[in-house]
Amino acid sequence: MTVTVSEPAVNAETARSIGLTGEELERLKKILGRDPNWTELGITSALWSEHCSYKSSKIYLREFPTEGPHVLQGPGENAGVVDVGHGFVAVFKMESHNHPSFIEPYQGSMTGVGGILRDIFTMGARPIACMDALRFGEIDAPRMRFLIDGVVRGIGGYGNCMGIPTVGGETGFHRCYNGNILVNAFALGVARRDRIFHARASGAGNPVLYVGSRTGRDGIHGATMASESFDKESEQKRPTVQVGDPFTEKILLEACLEAMRTGAIVAIQDMGAAGLTSSTFEMAGRGGTGLRLDLDRVPLRQPGLTPYEMMLSESQERMVLVARKGREEEVEKVFRRWGLEVVDIGEITDTGRALLTWHGETAADIPIQPLTEEAPVYHRPVAEPADLAERWKAPEVPQPSDPRQALEELLATPELAGKRWIWQQYDHTVRTNTVQGPGGDAAVVLLKGTPSGLAMTCDVNPVYCYFDPRRGGAQAVAEAVRNLACVGAEPVGLTDCLNFGNPERPEISWQFREAVRGISEACRALSVPVISGNVSFYNETEGASIYPTPAIAMVGVIPSLASLPDPWFRHEGDRIVLLGDDRSEFGGAAYLRLLYDLEQGRPPAVVLDAELRLARLLRSLVAQGLLHTAHDLSEGGFLIALAEACFGRRPMGARVEVSMAGADLFSESQGRALVAVPPAALEQVLEAATTMGVPAREIGETGGADLVLKSGGEVLSAPVARLHEIWSTALPKALGL
Amino acid sequence: MKCGVVVFPGSNCDHDVYHVWKHVLHQEAAFLWHQDDSLQGCELIVLPGGFAYGDYLRAGALAALSPVMGAVKRHAEAGGLVLGICNGFQVLLETGLLPGAMRRNENLRFQCLDVHLKTERTDLPFTGRLAQGQVLRLPIAHAEGNYEDSPERLDALEAGGQVVFRYCEPDGRVTPESNPNGAARNIAGIANAAGNVLGLMPHPERASEAVLGNTDGLALFESLVEAGARHLESVGARQ
Repeated sequence: MTVTVSEPAVNAETARSIGLTGEELERLKKILGRDPNWTELGITSALWSEHCSYKSSKIYLREFPTEGPHVLQGPGENAGVVDVGHGFVAVFKMESHNHPSFIEPYQGSMTGVGGILRDIFTMGARPIACMDALRFGEIDAPRMRFLIDGVVRGIGGYGNCMGIPTVGGETGFHRCYNGNILVNAFALGVARRDRIFHARASGAGNPVLYVGSRTGRDGIHGATMASESFDKESEQKRPTVQVGDPFTEKILLEACLEAMRTGAIVAIQDMGAAGLTSSTFEMAGRGGTGLRLDLDRVPLRQPGLTPYEMMLSESQERMVLVARKGREEEVEKVFRRWGLEVVDIGEITDTGRALLTWHGETAADIPIQPLTEEAPVYHRPVAEPADLAERWKAPEVPQPSDPRQALEELLATPELAGKRWIWQQYDHTVRTNTVQGPGGDAAVVLLKGTPSGLAMTCDVNPVYCYFDPRRGGAQAVAEAVRNLACVGAEPVGLTDCLNFGNPERPEISWQFREAVRGISEACRALSVPVISGNVSFYNETEGASIYPTPAIAMVGVIPSLASLPDPWFRHEGDRIVLLGDDRSEFGGAAYLRLLYDLEQGRPPAVVLDAELRLARLLRSLVAQGLLHTAHDLSEGGFLIALAEACFGRRPMGARVEVSMAGADLFSESQGRALVAVPPAALEQVLEAATTMGVPAREIGETGGADLVLKSGGEVLSAPVARLHEIWSTALPKALGL
Repeated sequence: MKCGVVVFPGSNCDHDVYHVWKHVLHQEAAFLWHQDDSLQGCELIVLPGGFAYGDYLRAGALAALSPVMGAVKRHAEAGGLVLGICNGFQVLLETGLLPGAMRRNENLRFQCLDVHLKTERTDLPFTGRLAQGQVLRLPIAHAEGNYEDSPERLDALEAGGQVVFRYCEPDGRVTPESNPNGAARNIAGIANAAGNVLGLMPHPERASEAVLGNTDGLALFESLVEAGARHLESVGARQ
C-alpha cells in the first residue's frame, strides 16, 4: 500500500524552519552522500539541536573535572553515578524545563520532573528524592502569579503522585526572569552498586521493545524549541509542550525496576527530548550498533502520524529497551502485569545504520554514529562586556537609618522570605527517609539499611554571576559545599543546570566560558567532580537575556546521622559562634538590590582554601557531635542568617554582640557560618577552629523571645515572633493569597 | 500478626507501611496485588497512601471496584482488621466500609505538613496503646482530606463514638486554626461501628522511627501488634 504524505520539500529554507543551518544541511548531505528526505532532516535537526548536541558548549564543558574516587559514571549517560558506600550508589542529575514551563507552567514543570525521574530509573536506580531550582520574575510582572502557581502545582502534581519526596531546592525572584522563568528539576536515585543499567545497545538480532504510553503529536520539536529564543509568538508554541501523566510514569517506574531484575534487558533508555529519535540513536550510537525500526508497529494515540511525527514526538512516559533475544517474553510479561503496552518495534543490527521502514517502504536510512558522535561543534565568538570596569566599580553603600527596619524589610521580600508556601505543596515525607526536609541549608535523607545519610543542596546567585560569572560560578560551588558541611556531609559529586542566553551573542559565550571556568576551579579546589548536567541556552525574550544562572546541585554523604545539627537554634543557653572572616563586601548584595534597587560592583571574593578549611571544620564538629545548630551565611549576610536561625519549629531568640555594624551586618562575605554549641563544648569548638585555621569568635547565646543584637554601640531588639510572622507570611501575601 | 499491604497501581506508601511492620516491628508482612482476590491469610489489611489508579474519576473510586477490595470487604464484614491511610481512607469511603466522603482541601492545594491529632477512642485494636485525649504529631500529605457528611450522619458518627482522631492544637484544643483541610468537625480519622475498620488521613508510618525525628505514629502499629497477640491468646484459651 502506498500512502502519500504531503511533506515540505527539503531545502535550505525548510531546514532553517526546523532549526538546521545551511552549513548543517550541507554537512548532513555529505554524511549521507545524497539529499536527505524530510524524515531524515527532522531526525538530524533534533539530534543536532543545541539541547541534544551541546554544540556551543562542548568545548567548554571539557574543562570540568569529572573524575574522583567515588565516581562510577560521569557525564554522557542518562545520569551520573557515585559510590556512597555500603554497596550502594547514588544516581543523580538535574535538567532544565524552562521554555515549556514559561509557555504552559503546569504541564511544563510536570514533564520536567517526569523527565528527570525517568533519567534516574532508566539507570536501574529507584528515585528517592527530588529538588527544584526555580527562578521567577518580579511577582507583579505579567503572567507571573499564574506562572508561579502553575509551576509549583506541576512539580507537586508529578512528584506527589509518583511518591517521591521533594526534599529541597531554591527559589529566587529577579526581573531578569520576567520573560523567561527557570525550572530546573533534580532527582536522585539509589541502587545496589552491581545493578546499574546503561543505555548502550548491543547484540545484533536483539529485539527493540517500546514500552509505556502511546505516541501522539505532542511535543514535536520540543528539543528544537528549547534551542530558540522567545518572541511574541511563543505562546502559540503551546502544542510543542508535552503533557504529563504521573500515574503512568509511576507504573512505568515499578514495571521497569521489576523487569530489570529478570536479567533479560540489555539496554534501556527513556524517550525524553526528541523522543524515539534520541533514545534509539543514542543507545545505538553508544554501543556502535545499527538498528532497524518498523514504524508501523509504533503504538499511536491517533491514526495518521507520519514517520517524521513519530520520530520527533515527545509524548511522555515512554521507554525503549533492548531485550536479550529469546527472553523478550520474560520482560513483556512484567509490563503486561502492570497494565502497560509493550511492543516489539525492531531489532539491533550490525550495520551501524538506522533503517526505518513504514508501509513497506524505507522511511529513513542513515548512519548513526556520524549523527550522534560527530554533531557539529561550534567555537562561538567570545567577548568580555565593554562596560565590565564600570560594572565592577565599588558601590556606594548607604547605612541603614534603623537596622531593625532594614532587617524587617529584607525579611519581607519574596527573595529572602520563608518559602514554606511553596514546599508545603510538595510531599516531602513519603518513603520515610526524610531526616531534614525543605527549609534548611541542605536536605538529608536516609540511606536505608545503613547508618549513613545523603545530603543535597541547590545553589547559585545569578546577580553575582552577572557581574562576574567566574566568581559567581565558583561561589555557587563553594556555597553548596558549605551547605553540605553544615549537616556534616562530605561532597561526592555535583550536577549542574547551566542556564544562559543566546550563545551566538559574544557576551553570552563569554559568560558561559567564565562561569564554567569558575565552577571548574572551585570543583578542583574543593574536590568535587561534575558527574552529570545540562545546558540550557537561548533563555531570552525579545532580545533580553536572563542573568547567567549556572545552578549547582551537590550531593554528599554523612557517615552517621547520630549527631545531626539543626539549621536553627535548638536549645536555650547554647553559645553562638561565628566562623569565617567578616569583610565589607556589597557587590551584587541583597541589601543593596532589595532595599535600594542598586546592583553594582564585583561580587564577594571566593577564597577557596578558606572555604575548604571551613567545610573541614564543620564536618569534623558535626561528626564529633559538638553542634546543636549549624547555618551558613549567604544572601543577606550575617543578620539574615542570624534571624533565620531563630525561626525553628519552636522559634527562639538570641542575645548577640558583634563588632560589625550598620550595613556591614548585611555584607555578603563568603566562607562564613553560624554554629550553636552547648556551653561545655565551647572551648573545644574554638580550639578546633584555631587548629584548623578558621577564624572563630563567640558572639552570644541562644534563648528568650527576642533577638537582641549589640553592634556599634547600638542595640537592635525585636520579638522573634514578629520577625517570624513577617518572614513566614511575606510570600503568600506577595502572591495575593 | 500477619499484615497484608494492598498494592494498587499508583499506591506509593505501600513500601513505607511494609517497612515499618516488617523492619521496625519485626512482624510478618506481605504485599497483596490489586487483581488477586486472596488475602494470603493476612489478619490485618492495610490500604496504603498514594494515588490508586491515578485518582482518576475520584480518589479511591476505581480502587473500590478492584478484585482485591471484594476480598477486603468480606474480611471486614467478618470482623477482620482493616486500616486505610490517606488514599486508603479514601478507598474505604468509596467502598462503603466507612461513611462519608472526601472533598478537595479547603484551599484547593496539596498540603504536606505536621499536624496534631487528639485521640478520642482508646478501646480499638488500633489505639490500645494510646491514652484518652493523647495528642499525636503526625505528617499529612494530601489534596483531598476535607471530610464531609450530612449533619445528621455526622451527629450519628459522633454519637456512635466513631470519631477516633480530630485535628487539634499541640495542647489538644480542637480549633478551626488547627484544621489543615477544612474537614467537618476537624475529623481526621474514623472507625466503623464495629470498630474493626479505621481510616485516617495522617501518615503514622512516616513517624515511626527515631532517626526521622518522630515516633508518635508507632503507637498505632504497636497497638495492632498487641491486639493480634491478645487475639491469639483468646483463640488459644478457647481451644
